[in-house]
Amino acid sequence: MTDLTTLTLSEARDGLARKTFTSLELTDAHLAAMERARALNAYALETPDAARAMARQADARIAKGEGGPLGGVPLGIKDLFATEGIRTTACSKILGDFTPPYESTVTAQLWRDGAVMLGKLNNDEFAMGSSNETSCFGPVVNPWRRDGSDAQLVPGGSSGGSAAAVAAGLCLGATGTDTGGSIRQPAAFTGIVGIKPTYGRCSRWGIVAFASSLDQAGPFARSVRDSAILLRSMAGHDPKDTTSVDRAVPDYEAAVGKSVKGLRIGIPKEYRLDGMSAEIDRLWSQGAEWLKAAGAELVEVSLPHTRYALPAYYIVAPAEASSNLARYDGVRYGARVDGNNIVEMYENTRARGFGPEVKRRVMIGTYVLSAGYYDAYYLRAQKVRTLIKKDFEDCFAQGVHAILTPATPSAAFGIGEKTGADPIEMYLNDIFTVTVNMAGLPGIAVPAGKDAQGLPLGLQLIGRPFDEETLFALGEVIEQAAGRFTPARWWD
Amino acid sequence: MNAPVKSTKLIKGATGDWEMVIGLEIHAQVTSNAKLFSGASTQFGGEPNAHVSLVDAAMPGMLPVINAEAVRQAVRTGLGLKARINLRSVFDRKNYFYPDLPQGYQISQYKSPIVGEGAVQVDLDDGDNVTVGIERLHLEQDAGKLLHDQHPTMTYVDLNRSGVALMEIVSKPDIRSAEQAKAYVAKLRTILRYLGTCDGDMEKGSLRADVNVSVRRPGAPFGTRCEIKNVNSIRFIGQAIDYEARRQIGVIEDGGQIVQETRLFDPSRGETRSMRSKEEAHDYRYFPDPDLLPLEFPQSFVDELAAALPELPDQKKARFIGDFALSPYDAAVLVSERESAEFYEAVLAALADKARDGKLAANWVINELFGRLNKEGKDIAASPVSSAQLATIVELIGEGTISGKIAKDLFEIVWNEGGDPRAVMEARGMKQVTDLGAIETIVDAIVAANPDKVAQAQAKPALAGWFVGQVMKASGGKANPQAVNDLIKAKLGL
Repeated sequence: MTDLTTLTLSEARDGLARKTFTSLELTDAHLAAMERARALNAYALETPDAARAMARQADARIAKGEGGPLGGVPLGIKDLFATEGIRTTACSKILGDFTPPYESTVTAQLWRDGAVMLGKLNNDEFAMGSSNETSCFGPVVNPWRRDGSDAQLVPGGSSGGSAAAVAAGLCLGATGTDTGGSIRQPAAFTGIVGIKPTYGRCSRWGIVAFASSLDQAGPFARSVRDSAILLRSMAGHDPKDTTSVDRAVPDYEAAVGKSVKGLRIGIPKEYRLDGMSAEIDRLWSQGAEWLKAAGAELVEVSLPHTRYALPAYYIVAPAEASSNLARYDGVRYGARVDGNNIVEMYENTRARGFGPEVKRRVMIGTYVLSAGYYDAYYLRAQKVRTLIKKDFEDCFAQGVHAILTPATPSAAFGIGEKTGADPIEMYLNDIFTVTVNMAGLPGIAVPAGKDAQGLPLGLQLIGRPFDEETLFALGEVIEQAAGRFTPARWWD
Repeated sequence: MNAPVKSTKLIKGATGDWEMVIGLEIHAQVTSNAKLFSGASTQFGGEPNAHVSLVDAAMPGMLPVINAEAVRQAVRTGLGLKARINLRSVFDRKNYFYPDLPQGYQISQYKSPIVGEGAVQVDLDDGDNVTVGIERLHLEQDAGKLLHDQHPTMTYVDLNRSGVALMEIVSKPDIRSAEQAKAYVAKLRTILRYLGTCDGDMEKGSLRADVNVSVRRPGAPFGTRCEIKNVNSIRFIGQAIDYEARRQIGVIEDGGQIVQETRLFDPSRGETRSMRSKEEAHDYRYFPDPDLLPLEFPQSFVDELAAALPELPDQKKARFIGDFALSPYDAAVLVSERESAEFYEAVLAALADKARDGKLAANWVINELFGRLNKEGKDIAASPVSSAQLATIVELIGEGTISGKIAKDLFEIVWNEGGDPRAVMEARGMKQVTDLGAIETIVDAIVAANPDKVAQAQAKPALAGWFVGQVMKASGGKANPQAVNDLIKAKLGL
């Protein structure tokens, strides 16, 4: 029997439906792989008993012909998603052993469709980070290494555990959340596919909030097809989230393999950064060539406010975060550190419970919303956001169907390499991805090649609102041309 | 606002006259089964934390969803205050830490409220009236409650109220006396009750006021104000204003300056005291709540609510005066409570000849019924005399079947024993005697028996009243007084 952990999700789905193997076998194979891969620290919590119970249920459903679109498929869940009866911490000490009595809408839809949960995946604390080094459970290790080196690399972040687990075969797919690039950047760093859908496509209900106007759930998978299959189950209107959009969910998988002939692909000149590596530049040109060869038309476009996106993002996101994280006060749930009075209890709890990056962003956010600074920072950042959105609208109004950019300015870097004194260096990782969140658009990262040291690199496709289908069609063209990327299992 | 103020509204200080400037922020709990952003019940009372949803407790990942009924109630209230309804409004977060505030922020409306400027007509006891401008009305969440008396060293938190919908109704600084302020709150409460948008129950905390008070020389610019938080009865509002104005005048006249601050009213001492100064005030870091889209609805939504609005006290009062010639005072008494007005309307509905008996009915409702209810401390809902019974009594007077005096006896019987007043009247022989022959027999007998009185009356006609009284007494009050009067005059040759 082939190693069940090397299958793509769609292959596994078909094998389950044909009863070539059972969900329990598939689940056990992944649980065993997880055990062997603990060096990666991808899972914050493994839930083998629950996984096997779900697998048995899935097998029973499959036997009755009611397996569902994800019948018996084992997945990993980012620890930002509330899972009923299973510890959910956002990888922050402040949540302690918080065990929600409710299930997030997105995960509930995955279980509705027959999926099996293997465990909770590690992430940057409250999704704040681009390297998965801010987690209270410690950093996640990228399954990829530079050729001839055993230096540990970051998997990217904040959904680093999700990306590492999918790349390393520790689940067939995973959920992530993306506020400024937290799905696309780690997908690029680990050689897999990750899509952040249009804001409002997936419900945010039951997902620990970072920045409400930017947060969006999305899937990680090892192929474009797999990510399309997952998104269809994750997406949909939810009356409990009024920012979710009441719009039919298309059969995304049907878009995979669709012709891209005649599609106009924008190449934004502002993304050609000064000092951008030749490798990234080559990758970008190569991607454009592949799309052109498949019949798409390339057009140079301008997104003039791009350079203001990162600074504006680092005002809007911390502002919302400072308010969203106010509820972690030690009063009702999670960790509490006592004090002599209520203010001391708050201070002790939050000082001890939050890590340095979370504290930094709460302080930035509190500052930019303060009386006298609000107009200069928050209000101005919102104006920038409107301009960024308009840049894209103008571009799409000219008949552009999607925009091609690099996903990240570099390949994965070493653990500890960018955790120095200057947080800006880390923030620059999101330079190609934050604009998409600021504009609420869908963006997919697809692996497209390797750098000189053998590390995977990704391209990003940005789509029109609610046109994820075009991204899957274009992503498939890149995947077909570039092939899929699998790391050597050095940990096994 | 610099409208001239009557000198009677001014306060005499040691150095001359002072004028109060008062503005009120009323927090009115929206009548709705569910909270503003969660499906949890709004029922008053109940075990602590019995009415708390995951959203109210601010569990991780929970999101607010606006309660459409609360929006309708706010729009209805805005219409009742003759205010501009904003078709687009925005919910903001007001950020501060407190254990009764689970989210760490209150969802409120800061820059773009659902209701804009309006006006309330306020009648005063002295017959005067003032118009108080409404600045705005916005929707916001209530906080929970801290219980300090449950444990020697701990404070407990009850989140039953957390997230309950409030309307904050902000007046313009148009109020010039404690009396006006009290009348304004009473009028506002009446309007809310008519609309059914707030029960106005101050004891349960359904209606609370923050009172802004400043003083100035007549015609001078506004002085520095102090805000008295959370005053929970109309009487206390009056006391707090009078105390605070006196305090401020005292400070200024002693050469001091008023410091802008938040104060608390202590009902047991009847005074206000400092809670926190402007410098200690929170920086609430308001910003639009990213979990909620701007609240938008079409004009047709407003129009539908407007069309279904009940008749409001001002309209009702005008109709009572116009249709039944009630005095403005009587009309005001009847409309001051929705239940009173409804009772009067029910009496009217049961009357065969409203034009003839409408005014009489108002007198009976106000004087006999309310008087009796007050005496026994009963609510109108618990009145032993129904609107139909009262209508019958009024009708018996109106058609001349019984006299007003007999009607009072009849009312008393119906109050205590119930029954159809007409049947009671028949059974107990209370019907007014209009048979002239029968009355004449009595008159003749009394005239014959009192020759001395006859002589006196003929000399001094005013003394004829003695005969009227005797005849009425002899008839058991049932003789038609007019007929008695006429007959006596004829018999005595007056």
